[in-house]
Amino acid sequence: MLTRYSPVRLAALAAMAALPLAAQAADIRVMCYQDGIECDVTAAIAKRFEAQNPGTKVIIDTVPYKTIVEQLPVQLAAGQGPDIARVTDLGGLSKYYLDVRPHLKNAAYMETNFGSTLPWLRPTAADKGIYGFMSQLTMTGPYVNKTLFEQAKVAIPGPKATWDEWVEAARKVSKATQTPAALAWDRSGHRFAGPAISYGAKIFDAKGDLVLDAGYKTAVTKFVAWHKDGAMLKEVWGGSGGSTYADSIGEFKNGRVAMVLSGSWQINRLQKDIGNAFDWAAVPNPCGPAACTGIPGGAAWVALKTSKSPKEVGAFLEFMAQEANYSEFVSKTDNIPAHAGLAKKGVNYATATPAARAALGVFSSGVASLSPVAFQFQGYKYNRAIMLPTVARVTQAIVGEMSVDEAFGKIGADMTDAVKQAQK
Amino acid sequence: MPRPIYLESLFVLFLSRLLALFFNLFEPLFRLGQRVLGNSRIGWLFVGPNLLVFGLFTFLPILINLSYALTGGVNLMPQQRPFTGTENFAILLECRDYFDIQTCRKDVFWRAILNTIQFSLIQVVLMVLLSLLTALVLNRKIIGRGFWRGVFFYPVLLSPVVVALIWKWLLQNQGVFNAVLVGAGAAPVDWLTDASWAFFWTIFVSIWAHMGFYTLILLAGLQAIPKDMYEAAEMDAASPWRVLRRITLPLLMPNLIVVLVLAMIRAVQIFDEVFVLTGGGPGSATTFIVQFIYQTGFAEQIHLYGLAAAASLVLAIGLMLLTFAQLRLTRAEQAGQKAR
Repeated sequence: MLTRYSPVRLAALAAMAALPLAAQAADIRVMCYQDGIECDVTAAIAKRFEAQNPGTKVIIDTVPYKTIVEQLPVQLAAGQGPDIARVTDLGGLSKYYLDVRPHLKNAAYMETNFGSTLPWLRPTAADKGIYGFMSQLTMTGPYVNKTLFEQAKVAIPGPKATWDEWVEAARKVSKATQTPAALAWDRSGHRFAGPAISYGAKIFDAKGDLVLDAGYKTAVTKFVAWHKDGAMLKEVWGGSGGSTYADSIGEFKNGRVAMVLSGSWQINRLQKDIGNAFDWAAVPNPCGPAACTGIPGGAAWVALKTSKSPKEVGAFLEFMAQEANYSEFVSKTDNIPAHAGLAKKGVNYATATPAARAALGVFSSGVASLSPVAFQFQGYKYNRAIMLPTVARVTQAIVGEMSVDEAFGKIGADMTDAVKQAQK
Repeated sequence: MPRPIYLESLFVLFLSRLLALFFNLFEPLFRLGQRVLGNSRIGWLFVGPNLLVFGLFTFLPILINLSYALTGGVNLMPQQRPFTGTENFAILLECRDYFDIQTCRKDVFWRAILNTIQFSLIQVVLMVLLSLLTALVLNRKIIGRGFWRGVFFYPVLLSPVVVALIWKWLLQNQGVFNAVLVGAGAAPVDWLTDASWAFFWTIFVSIWAHMGFYTLILLAGLQAIPKDMYEAAEMDAASPWRVLRRITLPLLMPNLIVVLVLAMIRAVQIFDEVFVLTGGGPGSATTFIVQFIYQTGFAEQIHLYGLAAAASLVLAIGLMLLTFAQLRLTRAEQAGQKAR
């Protein structure tokens, strides 16, 4: 026999069916990539947040860095995406960020502690929104294989040594220890920018637009020459096409080079993967005629406009930014804090090895010696317009497809095209 | 004696009953359609669903692609993109001297086209010849024929990414090949970081990965050639070379054309294996047209969708020309068969 349902019973059934959907309304999806254990630590912090905020569920989607760089922008442009993401293209994606000020209990706390880096996330200089905060500060810089230097009986150059001196020293080490090459740089325009500024690249003209000058060209010329004479490991830059990112830390971990140019975010990976295989150390950025600088940077947790739970997103970001939670994040992941209060107090890197702790010290103190151009470059919305062509064109010069002059001309043309398109 | 009931027969019976049930269920609908549309137009009812899917997933994307090619900027949503007319095509095709790629505004696009042409010509010729040779050998009564057929077909079952990763591990500087060389006292070779070697390996790996498929098509063609033709040739004491030229190749021609066209289209579309194996490098030595489109539109952090769409239209024109060539070849072959 068929049961007859009254409208009231039907409405009650429909409401019951909708219950799970209602519970999911406060789900927060976080797209996270990790260099070490960043997403794992975030997941642990999220569990505490969930305990304090019943009804809100935080789902951490751990993805490869490539997904953040290549797929997230397309998702966002199509109006899709997570509620929060950990991103490194800070200014480039700013049009997709959600201003969480209305959902923060204490916006002043964010301004006080993250004030110097909040502008990196803002679409314009005049904007005062709070779109997230830096999960950590990073700085590009080199690491050396101390064991190889000791075996080769070559002294590690001092803090003010130039790139030329470093290359010569690493070359001697490579020759004595028969490593395939003296050094390697990450295949990244961001990494390249530090030495370029050290060689005198101004990057910006008087109007604040990108410019390629003699300093930049010197850096390109030197870098290509180091590849041609075998000082640089060819596989990292020469092993790929286009502007694809490739890191050099793998080569360093395998003892194939005496020195690499990478950044502070690799500390955790180095202490975990190298273990006792050899001694390593972070060293200050080598100098050029103009500066001894790396490039600041880092990753940021940003709220995204695609979120359907802005209130919960604001609450979760505020929770993660709390000093205790933030401290837990940077200490467990061995990162440099972007939190002013914490930076002043100092972070207790309890789980870090002595080498990792020393490296964190080198990078933390190095922040003060960064060139102002490096900060301006990091915050510039279209910095990819110079970084990406640099990688592609310099590689073409390295493998002999074009001369340094031609590559330099092509970087300029590509850069102009990219900025023009981006401004349309 | 009762006939045995085979499982296959039961399955066919079940399938036919299922189909009958399906058509019986829809019969009233078809009859209604026939009454409303008439006998001459009832066909549209049958092809309608397919046309809808085809239109939605093929024609519509082509139109959207065209709209992207005619607009600029870095925004994804069409309504946010300014109309720029043929600017993207002008950017792609702009060269000061067409005999010097370096002078082209998008020199990598031209390099990608030249690489694709070079790759397609070499790879397809080698692919067809090697597939034919393999099929001829596998068609003979050799020991372990089934095993060898499996060996040649096995790579086809692998994902292109798996194929590329296997070869990358073999070829990278610290890979197996160099380990063997170094073990034998020789110097390691830059298999993937030297432009010429990298190009060679892209061809080799793609042939290794796909040859089995084309061999299978040719093998099917060889097995369809009537045996009595060979017996007649044997009675006439024809030499093996003459048998190949006068019997095997002419009768295998339809299959050879299919293989040629499929291999050519696949070669022009090459992307996945090469992208994983060499990343298009070193420099742009193994950057092919599809990778250029992908990088321009999606991999670079400033997404130039318009330029990528324009480049993909250029690729589409190339593929259309190949398809027309296939049609002409097939028709010529059919006409030749009728004449014979």
